[in-house]
Amino acid sequence: MSEISCSLAELIIVAAAEAWRHDGEIMGTGIGPLPRIAVSLAKQTFNPALAITDGECWYTTQPLPVGGNVDDVEVEGWSPYDRVFSGLWGGKRHAMVAPVQMDRFGQSNISVIGDHAKPKAAMLGARGFPGNSIHHPNSFFFPAHNTRAFVSGEVDYVCSAGFNPQRYPGGRIPSELKIPLVVTNLAVLDFGGKGNAMRVRSLHPGVSFEEVQDNTGFPLERPEHIPTTPLPNAEQLALIAALDPKGVRKTVIKGDPPAQR
Amino acid sequence: MVQATKLDKRMTIDEIVGKLRDGMTIGIGGWATRRKPMALIRAIARSSLKDLTIVSYGGPDVGILAAAGKIKKLVFAFVSLDHYPLEPHFRNARQAGAFSVLELDEGLMHWGLRAAAMRLPFLPTRVGFGTDIVNQPELSKRVESPFEDGEEFVAMPALKLDVALLHVHRADQRGNVLTLSPDPFFDELFSRAADATYVTAEQVVPTAALDMRNNFRYNLVERAMINGVAEARFGAHPTSAAPDYHLDLKHLKLYADSAASAEAWAAYRQTFLDVDDAAYLAAAGGPDAILALSKPIY
Repeated sequence: MSEISCSLAELIIVAAAEAWRHDGEIMGTGIGPLPRIAVSLAKQTFNPALAITDGECWYTTQPLPVGGNVDDVEVEGWSPYDRVFSGLWGGKRHAMVAPVQMDRFGQSNISVIGDHAKPKAAMLGARGFPGNSIHHPNSFFFPAHNTRAFVSGEVDYVCSAGFNPQRYPGGRIPSELKIPLVVTNLAVLDFGGKGNAMRVRSLHPGVSFEEVQDNTGFPLERPEHIPTTPLPNAEQLALIAALDPKGVRKTVIKGDPPAQR
Repeated sequence: MVQATKLDKRMTIDEIVGKLRDGMTIGIGGWATRRKPMALIRAIARSSLKDLTIVSYGGPDVGILAAAGKIKKLVFAFVSLDHYPLEPHFRNARQAGAFSVLELDEGLMHWGLRAAAMRLPFLPTRVGFGTDIVNQPELSKRVESPFEDGEEFVAMPALKLDVALLHVHRADQRGNVLTLSPDPFFDELFSRAADATYVTAEQVVPTAALDMRNNFRYNLVERAMINGVAEARFGAHPTSAAPDYHLDLKHLKLYADSAASAEAWAAYRQTFLDVDDAAYLAAAGGPDAILALSKPIY
């Protein structure tokens, strides 16, 4: 087998694209460079029906490369925010976003670190996270898997809802709540464990379960057999290069390490 | 007796600011760095107004009012400069506990404005369940479906506004408006949620020049909702008013950097806030430079 030289960012893009594999014709949204390249790759390879936008308000027939101009691609539809909300309340969307914290319930935070009234660090605000989280599937990306990101206890301010029955009327977790994938610089995870526990689905090359667990503030479920996250193939790498001609993907993971340690 | 309605609604920016009062709840149209009524915001920052409740899909509008100490309460889902995701003036004020907040989901804000627009006290929603948003006192009320499902909902209270401030591309003196940018955002709901709506327009033109038969899809709201119109060429700068002009990223950087210290803010304020619109325009590079700004990459 010939060795393919690729970066960890490229491996993550290919792993993250899997989030949309079985979604069919819905709105696919990737916020931030790697999720955005990932949703574009999903559309160009196994799910051409995905509807994706230029990041502003146009649906385009082909993905807009990172840093590209929407005038250079074919526009096929209109996506003003009003329509984004209407569509997401109907459930026909799958977003991948990159919050600052996540906890054992899959709850995430982009609002504040510290006290809400007078935060140690004020960030964006909850944005669309509360509504998104209970209406359509949401996957997540973390460039630095550590215990500051995957916190013990609950996140400082719960912006996206998770599998925490205490936070719902009658303790009923909504059936629309889905967290298909959590992709980090160490592993691919989900919440398919016992009682919605977070579970390791695959480990990136050279990463051990112990390393992931040590960098997570709560216990992870350990399946008996954990596969290694597959390396990208040549076709995927070529598509990624075309989707990110300026190499923004190189700036996301600290030091832009190779996929294989 | 019905009061005669004035059909020449032209005003100056300062006359619009003169309609505002301390303690008012003011909704600001646009979204983050797009089509914000910045000339009006700068005029408010210069005024003696205080204790405002601001409702906004926030960008530098919120940042400037925060830095100028005008905000008593902020109703928001985010405050962002898009390309510079974190709004540093907002962050400084928030971290100093300078004002109270009602933090919403983007769609919940829409819902609250819609409730006010429909003159309903609330609208039911599932948004907020499972999160800390619904632990705020304003969102503590629940309502049960009267139908067989019996489902429990969050009661999103109406976001009633005293005034809405919007920036549009074209208007006539009667208050007919055109918003030519590709996304109208929620400006229509802001106007319907408000007792009075004042707009700044890139150009105030004769009614015929609106060419309404061809442009009707850009007609945000009927003129009965519009109480005053002020011409403000480049009135959204440094935010975008595409297709007339784009976002000024360099200026936004300058503005963001002015949050670094009290001295930096004082310098920005002196050059860009405590000046009239002509001086602002000159300091911002002048009309040709603004018209030459390239389309931002998202």
